[in-house]
Amino acid sequence: MGLTDRILLAHGSGGRQSQDLLQQLIIPLFKDILLTPLDDSACLSLPAGQTAFTTDSYVVDPLFFPGGDIGRLAACGTINDLVMQGGKPLFLSLGLIIEEGLPTTDLQRILESLAAVLQDNEVRLATGDTKVVQRGQANGLYINTAGIGRCLPGVDTSSSNARPGDEVIVTGTIGDHGVAVLSHRQGVRFETELTSDVAPLWALLKPVFEHHPAALHVLRDPTRGGVAAAVCDIARASNVGVVLNERSLPIRAEVRGACSLFGLDPLDVANEGKALVVCNPKETPTLLEALRSHPLGQQAAVIGSVVAESPGLVRLRTRAGGERLVDLPAGELLPRIC
Amino acid sequence: MTVSPAPSPGLKAQLLEMHQLARQFGRPVKYMEVCGTHTMAAFRSGLRTLLPESISLLSGPGCPVCVTPADFIDQAVALARLQDVVIVTFGDLLRVPGSRSSLERERAGGAEVRVAYSPLDALAWAAQEPQRRFVFLAIGFETTIPAIAVSVLQAAERRLDNVSFLCALKLMPPALAALLRSPALKLDGLLCPGHVSVMIGPEPYAFLAKSHHLPCVVAGFEPGDMVAGVLMLLRQSCGHRAEVEIQYHRSVKPGGLLRARQLWESVFEPSPSRWRGLGWIPESGLKLRPEFSAWDADRLYPETQVPAAVENPACRCGEVLQALVLPGQCPLFASGCTPEEPQGPCMVSSEGTCAAYYRYGRMASGASAAPERA
Amino acid sequence: MCLAAPAKIIRRSGLTATAETDGVRREVHLGLLPEVQVGDFVLVHAGFAIQRWTQEDLDEYLSLQQELESTL
Repeated sequence: MGLTDRILLAHGSGGRQSQDLLQQLIIPLFKDILLTPLDDSACLSLPAGQTAFTTDSYVVDPLFFPGGDIGRLAACGTINDLVMQGGKPLFLSLGLIIEEGLPTTDLQRILESLAAVLQDNEVRLATGDTKVVQRGQANGLYINTAGIGRCLPGVDTSSSNARPGDEVIVTGTIGDHGVAVLSHRQGVRFETELTSDVAPLWALLKPVFEHHPAALHVLRDPTRGGVAAAVCDIARASNVGVVLNERSLPIRAEVRGACSLFGLDPLDVANEGKALVVCNPKETPTLLEALRSHPLGQQAAVIGSVVAESPGLVRLRTRAGGERLVDLPAGELLPRIC
Repeated sequence: MTVSPAPSPGLKAQLLEMHQLARQFGRPVKYMEVCGTHTMAAFRSGLRTLLPESISLLSGPGCPVCVTPADFIDQAVALARLQDVVIVTFGDLLRVPGSRSSLERERAGGAEVRVAYSPLDALAWAAQEPQRRFVFLAIGFETTIPAIAVSVLQAAERRLDNVSFLCALKLMPPALAALLRSPALKLDGLLCPGHVSVMIGPEPYAFLAKSHHLPCVVAGFEPGDMVAGVLMLLRQSCGHRAEVEIQYHRSVKPGGLLRARQLWESVFEPSPSRWRGLGWIPESGLKLRPEFSAWDADRLYPETQVPAAVENPACRCGEVLQALVLPGQCPLFASGCTPEEPQGPCMVSSEGTCAAYYRYGRMASGASAAPERA
Repeated sequence: MCLAAPAKIIRRSGLTATAETDGVRREVHLGLLPEVQVGDFVLVHAGFAIQRWTQEDLDEYLSLQQELESTL
């Protein structure tokens, strides 16, 4: 039987329609990268050494946004979490929680973009699960992915590794994802050519892991909470001060424009395809060169440095030449008029 | 590799003159930036760390969220709990605590609360969903009042009977007059609000210069605007002048925007209004004229009217709003009261004085948030 | 108390217009400034154009912005 044009509760019942969904939609999409179809759990052969293991849930609203969708986000987010620990991504799990009524073509498009990211990064889909909930109990689709990766020897990127004298690099423009998603949100809506930066960072960072592992002190992806939250975390975990330079922050005009219209700070806005690199200052030019030679890192820039003073605090040298504190953003980003 | 930015040439020259004048003047000066957006801009741009030590900037009552009494939120919460009512609000109000709840918490509890950037969004939704009732929370000063007035007029023209407005609109000049009656407040000048003045022009501040002998400068919000504004204040102080000057010429014109005021006068009439920290001030608020009562949420839903809220006695927002104390002098600041768990309005509003001090000012060096006496 | 950002009017139909700031386009209402033309720069607050800027006003704003990018 062919699939209905919308997902029904029955597609999550475990019966015939569940099989139809699996056999007709999901398996064909993943057939080249599927590890062990339909067993209760996957049995993995892991390489020797340490293993990185992570999980994340994706609830982005809207499901499709400029530059991506929840499927691409779910693949990239989990891959990037592995990469930030110096892990080569190997396996992914896929949990789908679908609201009944989701157009089947939407699900297909979302899973196609998820599969494409896995394929490009040679990540295998190890296991999965599909549930369908009643209308009103979810916002179209939620995705949970867990990822397993092999920790590369000699790479230690914990947030607690920053030392005074280190420099802070961001691999590209900040705030693109958050602003792109905001542009489609109810009550805010604006038009822009800006697209989300959602991207897997393995290819960008692999050469750095291979050739300059010792130069890397900390790696973080500044997702929710933006650069502000990630740098605050690093300052606290390493018990160091961080001084950021506002003039050095790479910010696209559209992000600046949206932030000025809606009263937001680009430092607080989410990224999904950027990394913060805290590194040995002697290696900064080499790292910048390596990062800028990859399309995802062309706009990489040094945005600040690590200092011994005021441990735990992040300060910003402003464009006006003054100084202020950078704090964790509070709550969801809301358009303001004041 | 990190180069610490020095002030740009124009800014640097102005700051140099400011530092020289401040030394010549000899005694410390206190200027009030009336507008919350100035407070926020001064912190975000790091401006406060560039000013001479003898110049203190005190924050005034120009943050609509901060001066709106908690019972406005209580009434909004009561409205949110009504069947089929959708609350539409500026993002600024979502997390503001009322006496017992906030709109954010009501939303978590099942109420429908939508954040809008323009009051016209409420009209658009009301037209799309005729079976539901929409209430727009109309807060703001003179800058925002014309936008609300146009929205009310449109609702009336389009005969949209499922949208209404809960109004807590406030007027700045009467509040400034009330503020300056406090003998405890010792000021040397005022940085007057830039965007409020787009609407009302510089003239309503004349009494500050004339009767209170206070220098006044209407300033813009770029760091360069604010530095120039403070410098103009200091020049007046040094020259023993008290005048109303405009720094923000590109937006503020003599006489203001007459059309906008005519529009709002056709929709609203003056009324007494209660301000947090300042109490009742005559003619400092606006209420809908009787012919628009069909769009007045307060009249449409009398069951949601609430008694005046009792505010947390330990919270000193009232005095912060009058610049009588600095945030650090409040016992709750940064301990019981943070942006995540705000106790008072000055912490919850992102342009609130306490939020600005908390987010941007708690520097270890104490450069800008040292507990100086106000 | 009031954020406002400059934007260029790029389309208009009646009192509804599209204004653009740095590649961000949003609907704005011209009820307060009905004389505004396509190509004008306005200050936008809560979805309303609240002031019209001349070319000189815009230049002043841009030079204030630019100044922040340069040091002595």
